[in-house]
Formats: sequence, structure tokens, C-alpha cells
Amino acid sequence: MFNILKEYKLEDKSTVGNLQKEIERIAHKIGREIKIMEVCGTHTVSIRKFGIHSLLPKNVRLISGPGCPVCVTPTSYIDHALQLVKNKRAVILTFGDMLKVPGSSGESLSAYMGNELVRVIYSPLEILKLRREISQPIVFLGIGFETTIPTIASVFKQVIETDINNTFLYTSFKTVPPALEVLLADPSNQIDGFLLPGHVSVILGEEPYREILEKSNKGVPGVITGFEPVDIMLGIYLTLKQIQNNEHRVENAYPRAVKPSGNSKARKIMDFLLKSADELWRGLGNLPKSGLKIREEYKSIDATIHFEFTDEYNHEPKGCLCAAVIQGKNIPTDCPHFGKSCLPETPIGPCMVSSEGACAAYYRYGVDRL
Amino acid sequence: MKIKNIKLEHGSGGALSRQLTEEIIYPILKNDSYRELSDATIIDYFVKSKKQLAFTTDTYTVDPPAFPGGDIGKLAIYGTCNDLAVSGAKPLFLSMGMVLEEGLSIEKLQSILLSIQEASTHAGIRIITGDTKVVPKGKGGEIYINTSGIGEVVFSHGISPSRIKPGDYIIISNSIGSHGIAVLSARESLSISSKIQSDVAFLYPLCEKLFTLQENLKFLRDATRGGISAVLNEIVSGNNFSIEIDEEEIPISDDILSISNILGLNPLEIANEGVFVAVVSKENKAKEAVNLLKDHPLGKNAAIVGRVTENYPGKVILNTNSGGKRILDFPRGLLLPRIC
Repeated sequence: MFNILKEYKLEDKSTVGNLQKEIERIAHKIGREIKIMEVCGTHTVSIRKFGIHSLLPKNVRLISGPGCPVCVTPTSYIDHALQLVKNKRAVILTFGDMLKVPGSSGESLSAYMGNELVRVIYSPLEILKLRREISQPIVFLGIGFETTIPTIASVFKQVIETDINNTFLYTSFKTVPPALEVLLADPSNQIDGFLLPGHVSVILGEEPYREILEKSNKGVPGVITGFEPVDIMLGIYLTLKQIQNNEHRVENAYPRAVKPSGNSKARKIMDFLLKSADELWRGLGNLPKSGLKIREEYKSIDATIHFEFTDEYNHEPKGCLCAAVIQGKNIPTDCPHFGKSCLPETPIGPCMVSSEGACAAYYRYGVDRL
Repeated sequence: MKIKNIKLEHGSGGALSRQLTEEIIYPILKNDSYRELSDATIIDYFVKSKKQLAFTTDTYTVDPPAFPGGDIGKLAIYGTCNDLAVSGAKPLFLSMGMVLEEGLSIEKLQSILLSIQEASTHAGIRIITGDTKVVPKGKGGEIYINTSGIGEVVFSHGISPSRIKPGDYIIISNSIGSHGIAVLSARESLSISSKIQSDVAFLYPLCEKLFTLQENLKFLRDATRGGISAVLNEIVSGNNFSIEIDEEEIPISDDILSISNILGLNPLEIANEGVFVAVVSKENKAKEAVNLLKDHPLGKNAAIVGRVTENYPGKVILNTNSGGKRILDFPRGLLLPRIC
């Protein structure tokens, strides 16, 4: 069988080794401590899984960003979903990652898995099948970034086109570029560069980042990066080169998947159903124009309106550093709960719940210097 | 009247129970020891000098009961025999308890019984006692089997993590991952993986070869649920040594690697039914072990994959293909329920 990793040498030790030497050379020249944020949760996992963090010189630190959808979903969202289940008002359909996220009372949706009111689905397409089998109202928990939103939007486009009206979408959709802007605006973050998310960029293309990174005087280098070892090392290398040359450009190191103009068809589907709106992020707070909400004309499928979810808030468990971790201000091991009271089986904060969360990745694959 | 499906009355202890045993089970499994409908079997087992026996039990719930390369019957015999084998014992006798779900077709049951019979003959063991119960439809997954096994300890140096020391070598006996993928493909009708066969096999002949290494063989464990990852972590857990593994040395087929990549599974966590981990001291003995294994079809891809070290006490470290280093943790969550 065709094995892409072998065929394209994407985990080739000698290529990685050559990039490692170049990274060391440039990092040594720069001299000072450099913080590069991998924005995307999938990057966090890949970096840890391939042991990329163990290959970097001491003065280059990779920090995890807000790109894990579960981690940035506000507590109120979980609470609202729990209320629906407890009051038997709807059947919740969700991706598995959301099950273990504790609401403000510490309770999570996983407690209700047995009674048919909470169902895990693997693809949004299952919604179309299940809505014909379930007689109660159905609420799909739509979370995520530009990567997952188009598929969900296309399913709900079909929902709108049929006359079964038992299916609702509860959105907590986020868009990446506004978050980058907020992270850059906070001087205490001291981010020197971004590894920009490969999958999100497949949809967005290069342009949306330029406004923030190239045209602003606060801009830093941003390199669109793939997910295999060679991709990630290349992304780090190009970021460092820009830092060395005092540049802040958007570069595409993942051209085999990302076209400069992105995927306009996918953006069109999102645009059909959703419009840009202010959005509450866990860790980052309420950010203007950072989310996507259902357009007024399709409010009949909007769970927020139908079930009157008016209040939005975040509730951080005592001592949990998730919010600071999402902003790159702390690393998971700074947290007093990490690896002690907060474990993958019994998570306290969302960063330990999601497999893409920084805490889960650190716990599973090891901290910076083993 | 010929029976086609299992009924609740087959587990009643009455006439139908007897009919099931006499007409379906005995014709396939009857042997000299398993000959009477008595409550217990008396074993004639003479020993001249002091011998040790090993005793183990395991329950099989695999879903579906038949999968590419095997079925629950073969698994129930080999699985329990393998637990004895990796404990240094030669399997001799097995008991077998079956829980059948009402409605199970007799044809399916017969096919499983035949594969039990075939596996027992191959392994040279005898099933000397058994029991069958029936549960109502919807309350069981077609068929569950428990087997307990007795074996005679033939390796006298002891197989125990307490004998492992830094400097020892870690060996994997054959290519990993095929049982988990085969069961998953049967369950989810994954067409991409349909040609993958489970590696379910009788491992005693392979273990027996390693027994000739005498005291240099420190530890054996078949890498079933939780895969290689679980076995290695069990070895280091609570001990003051570490295991360092080279990802590129791990025997794995391109097919399994590709499928696991696509499905997002870590092949080191996937269940095997024909692969074990061995810990052997001294480099020349480790090499000898690999050669002994490679001599047998079930060990043709055996390899030394790592070392026991003092560097990271209590941890398993993976040197990745790309040259990085990371922790290889215990498998988390329920990746594939009812895999064996």
C-alpha cells in the first residue's frame, strides 16, 4: 500500500537532521530566547508525537496557541448543553471530544451517555440520517474553526432545504485570524512568530493573515505549516530565518495542500449559512468579529434562539491555568493540577480533555526536555 | 427435530441442554478426558519429581465472533495457551465455559466449535471440562467464551520484571498490529483493510525456542490489549529503570502502518494475538534470540527494538523515525472495545 510518509520522505531522519542543524545555527546567531506559537491543536499533537520539541535548541521554545476547539469553547456553552439534556428538551449530537469537558458545576455530558440523550457522531453527515430516526428535537454542538465549519454548514444547508424541522445547530464557531490579532496586541505574550495552521489555511488561503502580520507594525513572521516532521521543522526554520532578517511576512511552507487563495467553494458554503459576529473564547474573552453565527434568515435552526441561550460566561476551575496556557503565557507544567489532580481520565480543565489540548499532549508525549 | 437456533431452554439444565451437549458439542469436542456428563473431571497426571503447574484464566468477548484470520474459538484456545506459554509453562488442559445468546445459529456455533477443536489439536491440549449457559436475546454478544488453562512449568529461571536490569535488550517477536486492524475491519466493514488477517496463533513453540537461552531470558509477555505500548509500560511501571525504543526498528508492515495513519491509531497500541515482547540480557544472546525466532514462521520479522536503560526511570521513551524523542505512555481511553 502507498505510504505517503515514506514516499515523500516526510519523516526522513536525514532531512529533519539537516533542518535541525540549520535551526541551531540561526537560533545561535539570534542568541536571545525565541517564542514560536503553534496556533493549531493538531500541530501541538504532531510536535509532541514526533518528538520535534526534543530537537530544538534551548533558546527556541514552541508554545501552544488557542487552536484546540474544545479548549476555547466557553463554559456557558457546556452548561447550556447540559441543561438541554437534564430537562430532556433535546437529544444532543456531538463529536466525542466534547463529552468530558466539565461545565461550571464540574459535571460533563459523558454522565448522560447511556440514556440516548447524548450521542457521539463521527461525521456531521450522520445528522441527516439520525434526524429521520429521532423524534425529539436534535441539537448538534457545532464547535471548531474554519477546518470543520464548511462540512457542518453544508449539512445544515441540506437541513434547511428539507421540511423536517426538528434539527438545530448550536454554534460556537471560531475564526483564527482575529485570535492572532489579540495575541499580538498583548505585549506580555512576546510571541516572536507563528506556525500558522495548515488545515485552516487550506480554506482561508494566505490573504487573511496578511492584514494582521504584514501590514501591522506589531506583525511577526507567520509560516503556514504542514503536519509531518519535515513540514514542522521547515516551518520553524523559515520562521527563524525571518526573525533573523527582521521580517514579518506570511509564508506558505505547505503548498502541497494550501493554495494562496484557499478554497473559495468552502468559504461560500460557510458564508451562505453564517455571518461574522463577536464571540466569547475561553481564555481570550469576548473578541470582536471572531466567530461565525447563523444568519437571521435561518434562525429557525439556531439553537441559541430556539432554546433562548442568552447568558454567556466563562468559569475557570480553581487553580486551573488553561486560560493562560491557551494564550501561551504559561506552559502546562506550570499548573499545580497538571499530572496530579488533572489527568486525561479525570480532567479539570478543557486543555486536558481534548486530545488536541496542550496539557493532554504534554502529559501524553512528555515535556520540553525529557 | 433438528435445532437451528439457540433457545433459552438450551441453558435450562433440562432435556434441551442435554441435547445441545450430546448432539452439537460432544461430536466435535469429545475426547478421552471429556467423556462423561459428570460435575468434575478427574485428571490422571503422574509426575516423578517436583513439578510446578501454572494456572490461568481469560474471557473472550470479541465482536464480531468471526474475523479475517480467525474467530472467537481459535482466540479462546490460543489466547489462554499463550498466557501459559509466556509464563514459561507448557499448556496441558483447558476448561471452557460458553455464554450463548438466544438466537445464535447452530451453524455458527458448530463452526466455532470446529475451530476450537482444530486449535486444541494443533496446540496439543485437551479440553477436559466445560459448561454452557444461554442468555436472553439482546443481553449478550452472540457468544462469550471463558477458558482456564493448566500448564506444566518448563522454564525454571522465572519470568518476571524483577529480573530485568539496565543493559537488557527488548525484542518484539513479529510484525505488530494485525489482530486489532482485522477485527476493526470486520466490525466496521472497512474495505481498505479487508485483506489484513488477524495474527492469532499458538505461541508456545516460539516461546520454547527462547527457553533455551536459560537465565538470559528475563521476561515474556504477549502484547494483546493495549499492544506493545501497554506491555512496555507495565514493565517499567514503578521500577527504577526505563526502556528506550527505536521506532524505526519496530517490525510493522506498510499496510498496517498506512491503515493506522489513516485511522489515526497508534500501531504500538493496537492489540496483537500472535506477538510477544521478550527481554533478554547480553547482546549476543539477544541476537541469538532473534535468530531463533526468525527460524519459525511466527517469528520471521522478529527484531531487537530497544534497550533497558537508567536514563528515565519508570518511563518508556520512543526515539521517533524523524530523530525526535518522546514518552510512549500507557494507552488511554477505550480505543477499540471488545477486541479479544
